[in-house]
Amino acid sequence: MQILTMLLRRLLYAAILVLAVLVLNFLLIHLAPGDPAEVIAGEMGGATEEVMASIRKAYGLDRPLHEQLGVYLGKTLQGDFGQSFFYNASVTSLILGRIGPTLLLVTTALLFAIGLGTLLGVIASRNPRGIVSNLVTVLSIVGYSAPIFWTGIMLIILLAWIFPVFPISNMRDVTLEGGTFRQILDVAHHLVLPAFTLGIVFLAQYSRLTRASMLEVLGSDYIRTARAKGVPERSVFGKHALRNAILPVVTIAGLQFGSIISGAVLVETVFNWPGLGTLAFQSILARDYPTVLGILFFSALIVIIMNVVTDILYRVVDPRIRTAD
Amino acid sequence: MAQSDSTDAMIQGGIPKAEHPVSEAWRMFQRNTAAMFGLVLLGFLVLITLIGPLVYSVDPFEIVWAPLTPPGQEATAPLGTDYLGRDILAGLIHGGVATLAVGLAAAFITVTIGLTVGALAGFYLGLVDDILMRVTEFFQVLPALMFAMVLVTLFSSSLTVVAIAIGLVSWPPTARLARAEFLRIRNLEYVSAARSVGAKNPRIIWRVILPNALPPLIVSATLTIGTAILFEAGLSFLGLSDPNTYSWGYMIGSGRDNILDAWWAVTLPGGMIFITVLAVSLIGDGLNDAFNPKLRER
Repeated sequence: MQILTMLLRRLLYAAILVLAVLVLNFLLIHLAPGDPAEVIAGEMGGATEEVMASIRKAYGLDRPLHEQLGVYLGKTLQGDFGQSFFYNASVTSLILGRIGPTLLLVTTALLFAIGLGTLLGVIASRNPRGIVSNLVTVLSIVGYSAPIFWTGIMLIILLAWIFPVFPISNMRDVTLEGGTFRQILDVAHHLVLPAFTLGIVFLAQYSRLTRASMLEVLGSDYIRTARAKGVPERSVFGKHALRNAILPVVTIAGLQFGSIISGAVLVETVFNWPGLGTLAFQSILARDYPTVLGILFFSALIVIIMNVVTDILYRVVDPRIRTAD
Repeated sequence: MAQSDSTDAMIQGGIPKAEHPVSEAWRMFQRNTAAMFGLVLLGFLVLITLIGPLVYSVDPFEIVWAPLTPPGQEATAPLGTDYLGRDILAGLIHGGVATLAVGLAAAFITVTIGLTVGALAGFYLGLVDDILMRVTEFFQVLPALMFAMVLVTLFSSSLTVVAIAIGLVSWPPTARLARAEFLRIRNLEYVSAARSVGAKNPRIIWRVILPNALPPLIVSATLTIGTAILFEAGLSFLGLSDPNTYSWGYMIGSGRDNILDAWWAVTLPGGMIFITVLAVSLIGDGLNDAFNPKLRER
C-alpha cells in the first residue's frame, strides 16, 4: 500500500515535469526571433502563405498568449507535435520510428558500462595499488577527457578501416538476406562500436565510483563481522559488499540518463545510427523546428520515465528505503 | 607566575604557526605528479594559443596547398591540409583561443548560476529551497546537449550564444553541490557566532559560508571548464558553432565528412581538445586531493 502511494506520488510528479517541458517548448517557439507560425512551420519547409494561415488558425496565434498555451498543450498532449515539412510526415510518427534504435544503443551502452564498470571497480578494490586499480584511474581520466565523437572516429579508423572488423556506419546491412537470426546478428555487429564508444565514458565513471564505494564499504563493521564469522572472501565481496557498493552507481546511472542521451546524439551522428540523435542532427541542419522541438520533448520524456524506473529499482536493491517509506 | 613564564618561553621559542590553507593545499598539490603534469601541460597549451599565432602567422582560413594533403608531405603545410586546402597546423595554433574562451565563459556562467541557486536553496531552505530544487530537477530532465542544440538553432550560433547555451544547460550539478555544502555549513557554530554578533543574511552567505564552501566548488568549477570545452566541441562537431570563428571544434565539424580521406583533419584538433581537457581534469583531481585531507593518506 505504501509502495502504491509512493508510486502514485512519483507518477504525479513525473506528469508535472512532462507538462513543464511542454510549456518550455511553447515558450521557445514564442521567444525565438521571428513569427511563431514560421517556427512551427519550419524555416525551410514549404511554408507557403496558405500553410502559414492554416497554422495560425490551428494554433490560435491571433488569440491571447494563455489561450495559445492551452491550444498547444491540448494538441501536444494528444500526441500532435505538428507536421515536418522537411520529411513530409507528422513529427510524432517520425520520432516514434527513431526511438527504438536510440533505446537499443543507450541501454546496451549502459548495461555494458554498469556491468564491466562494477566488475573492474570490485577487482580494483581488492588491491587498491594493483594494476587494475591503476587502470581504473587512467581509464576514468581518459574517459572523461576524450570528446566522445573523437573516440568514435578513432575507433572507426582503427577497427572499421585499418582493420575492417566492424561496419563503419548504419544499423544494418540492407543487402543482407536471411532469416531473423541473421538479421539480429547483423544489427548486433553494427551495434558493437557505437555502444562501446558511448559506454566507455560511463564505464570510466562507474568503475571509479564502484572502487571508491567498495573501499568505503569494505572498511565497515558488518564486513569485519562477516569476515570474523568466517564467511568466504568471495561471498564477502560478492554478497555483502557489492550489494551496498552498487547503490551509488544505480543512483548516478539514473541521474545521468540525460547525459547518456546527449552522448547518444553525437555517437549516432558519427556512426550514422538511425535514431533520435541523427534525426535531431538532420532536422537542425534543415531548420525543421517542429521536429527539433518534438525530439527535445521526447528525449526529456525518456529521461523522466527512466528516473521513475531508477527510483523503483533503487527500492528493490536497497531494502532500507523500502521500509523507510 | 611560573605558568606565564613558560608561556612566554613558548612564544619566544615560537609556537608552530598554523599554515595558511591555500599554501597547504598548494604544497599538497605540488607533491601530486599527475596534477603538476596537468598544470605544465595546460600552461604549454595556453602558451601555444597565445604566442603561437605571433610566431606562425598563416591565416587558418587561407587556402595554402592542394586539398587533403597528408601530414609530412609538404613543407608549406607540415601537418597537412583539410578538404579545402587549408593549413591544419595553422588551425591548431589559431583555433585554441576561441575554444578556450568559450570553455571559460561557459564555465563561468555555469558556476555563477549554479552557485547562486545552490546557495540560496541551501541557506534559506523551506519554500525557496523547494522552488529552486524543482527548477533544478526540471533542467536535469532535459538532455543537456539536445537542449543546447535547440537554443543555438533557434537563436543564433554566435560564440556568445553558444557559451550562454552551454551555461544554461550545465548548471544543475553545481547547484546541487553548492546546496549540499551550504546545508552542511549553515548550522555550524561559527555561523551561529556570526549571526549572534549581528551579521545579516547576505553577509553570512557570501562572507561566512561561501569561503568555507569553496574547496569542493573550486574542484567542480575546474572540471566544469573541461566539460564546457567538450560541450563546445560537441556542438561544433554537429556543425552548430560559429562558422566565422576558427576553433578546434570548427575544424572537427568541417572535417567530419572526410574522415576516411583525411583522418588528420579531424583527429588532430580532436587530440588538442583531448589534451586540454585531460590537463584540466588532472588539475581538478589534484585540487580535490589537495583540499581533502582525508584522502591524503591514500
